Order: sequence, then structure tokens, then C-alpha cells
Amino acid sequence: MAAECGTAAEALVGQVVLPGDLLLLPAHYDEDAESERLRLSAGAAPQGRLLCGPGLRRSGAGLLVTKCGLLRHRPAGGGAYWVDSQQKRYVPVKGDHVIGIVTAKAGDVFRLDVGGSEPASLSYLAFEGATKRNRPNVQVGDLIYGQFVVANKDMEPEMVCIDSSGKSSGMGIIGQDGFLFKVSLGLIRKLLAPKCEIIQELSQLYPFELVLGMNGRIWVKAKTIQQTLIIVNILEACEYMTAEQRKQALAKLSGNR
Amino acid sequence: MQRGLDSQTKKQLEEEEKKIISEEHWYLDVPDLKEKESHIIEERSFLRCEDLVYGRMSFKGFNPEIEKLMIQMNSKCKEEEIEEDDKMEADVSDEEMARRYETLVGTIGKKFLRKRDQRVLKDDDEDDEVEEGNSNPRPSKRAKKMFLKPQD
Repeated sequence: MAAECGTAAEALVGQVVLPGDLLLLPAHYDEDAESERLRLSAGAAPQGRLLCGPGLRRSGAGLLVTKCGLLRHRPAGGGAYWVDSQQKRYVPVKGDHVIGIVTAKAGDVFRLDVGGSEPASLSYLAFEGATKRNRPNVQVGDLIYGQFVVANKDMEPEMVCIDSSGKSSGMGIIGQDGFLFKVSLGLIRKLLAPKCEIIQELSQLYPFELVLGMNGRIWVKAKTIQQTLIIVNILEACEYMTAEQRKQALAKLSGNR
Repeated sequence: MQRGLDSQTKKQLEEEEKKIISEEHWYLDVPDLKEKESHIIEERSFLRCEDLVYGRMSFKGFNPEIEKLMIQMNSKCKEEEIEEDDKMEADVSDEEMARRYETLVGTIGKKFLRKRDQRVLKDDDEDDEVEEGNSNPRPSKRAKKMFLKPQD
């Protein structure tokens, strides 16, 4: 195959990229000698390292695209490029907060289904305030909100329900009742964006509680079953609705209430 | 079959091995590759790229603990503002603390006085009271309750 000459990364930000596209980075990130010369001349040379996010791979001169989607860029903190792609299947990644379902108890370890290729393991000591004598009350079928501590393609993923300082900070067993359903990963990221309109509009409707897992699972709990189901339907449908359609639907609901 | 080997043949074999394995055996004849200093980090998580909010949320007071947590977690992102504000919100103001301490020192100090000193302190208190004109000056020593004989 002939080597493709790539296009500058900055030119494609916000546009659709396909696997196999080569993105050239500005000269700042090349060999040391060149970059020193440029730093003296150029005004604002980005300091720190460039972050090459999901959907991109480092290859020689620039970045190689491995997933199709929109190219995004963040200039802060040394700069970051990533591909905003859509998928339904979750691949465990270290540091992600996910909702898992307990499928088995094997001695000191719980097996959780997180929607990946393998069940994740969670030790009973990984809860806040858990000791060998004081075991957490976890049954098969419980929902657990935790984060990955080990997640790569060679090993079984491991989860914990405490953060690095030993505090639970919201993780652990999710309470009784409520409704768990699955959406695509892109919607989850949209909902978790700061100042998400969907969440803001929904919060005006009823009091409710929401847990979003990066593995595509959402858990909702409201005061009555009907309210819970309404919120579930809105969240599932809002992936394919435009903003106006959504506002119309919500207006109807608040009118009917 | 090593049992059949004589000591002589053994020595010969060892010498031959030593000849083959010399210093050069351990170094590959390849020029050193210069490691490229890379300024690119590969990252598979969206969390480091995008600014994502904490996943647990509660609205309109459904779960007050989670709402407190939301404020705490989402304000962690804006750490710069918090760092500038060094003063911590205190439950008790500085003036109140000073007043408390004034009286506190006296109270705790009385606890550790010896008995004689305690009596002196009490006499002083009583004298003060008499001067102020209180009613019924109490005797400094309480009358010990004597055993009362039953009156038939």
C-alpha cells in the first residue's frame, strides 16, 4: 500500500474522520532539535505532552485514526485529540465509573457483569469501612457503582468501590427499587457533559435520582413507578430526538402532570 | 548417559563449552537504537479527554447525600477558586472562642486545686456574695448529717 500523506490535525477538528486517515501534528511535537528552534520563534508553543485519546493511535509522524467519528480537540493542558465515535459495546477502561450487576460470589470475591467480554472481579475489602470481620452486605443480583482499577486486554478487569484515599465518595451498592436500562455509550457521554440540557430539563420535572455508568447502563429512581418509566422513556428516546422535539415532549408532560 | 563419562571426557566437554561461550556471546552485534522522545501519550479513557461530570446525581432533594456529593465532586474541578480562599468557614466565630477560653481556663483550673485552696476559693466567693447583699449566707461547711435516733 502506498504511504498516504496525511492532513493537518487542526484542519479536521469537528469533521468526520475514517479509520486509516493520517493526521499530521504541528511541528511542535516533532524531534527535539526542530522543536527548540520553533519554540524560540513561535509565540505560544504548547507545553506538556499531547494526549492521544480513544480512536487514535500514535504512528511515526502523526496520529493514525482507528475509529470513524468526529475529531475533537481540547487545547488546554498540553492539548488533546480524540475521536467522538458511537458504539454500544463497552470495553473496560481503567478509571471508568460503571454500574455492575453481581452474578456470583466466589469466596472473597464478587463477580460482576459490566457488559464487557469478561466478568469483573470485586474484592469484599474494596468497600469503605470493610474489614475481614465486617463484610459488606452484597447479594447476587445487587447493583454496584464502582470504578476500574485494572482493565486491559490481557487480564480480567478488577473493580473497587473506594477511591485512592479510601473514601467511597458515592460508590458502592446502589439502593433498592429503581430501574436499570441500557443505552449507547455516546448518549452517556452526552449526558455527562457539563451543563447538559437534557439533564437540566429533566431535573425541572420531578424529584428523582440518577446513576450513569460509562458502560452504557443507567439507573433511575423516582417516587412513583409511573414517573420512573417516564424518565426512562425520555432518556432512551432523546438520543434520536432533536432539541425542539424534546422540549415539546417535556412540555406535554409537565402540562399533563 | 552421563554416568558412563570419565572425569577426563567431562573436563574436555567443559573446556569446549567455555570456548564457545565467551564474553561476546552476551552482547548483540546491533547498533544502539536511539529512543525517540515522544511527546504524545496514548490514552484510552474518555475521562481524561473530556470534562465529564460525576455519574451519580439527584434532583429536587430526592437523595440529600447525593446532592451534597454532587456539589463536592463538581467543585473539585474548580480547584483554583477554592485554593485562593484560605479561610475556612468556622462553626464558631473567633470572638466566641476567645470568650469561651477566658472562662474555660478558670473552670478547668479549679478542678486541679488542692482541697485547701478550694476552700479558700469558696470563702472568697461567699464573701463576694455577702457583699453584694444576697439572702441567706450559707455556712461554708455543710453540717454533716448526723445519725438521728428514732423518736419513739
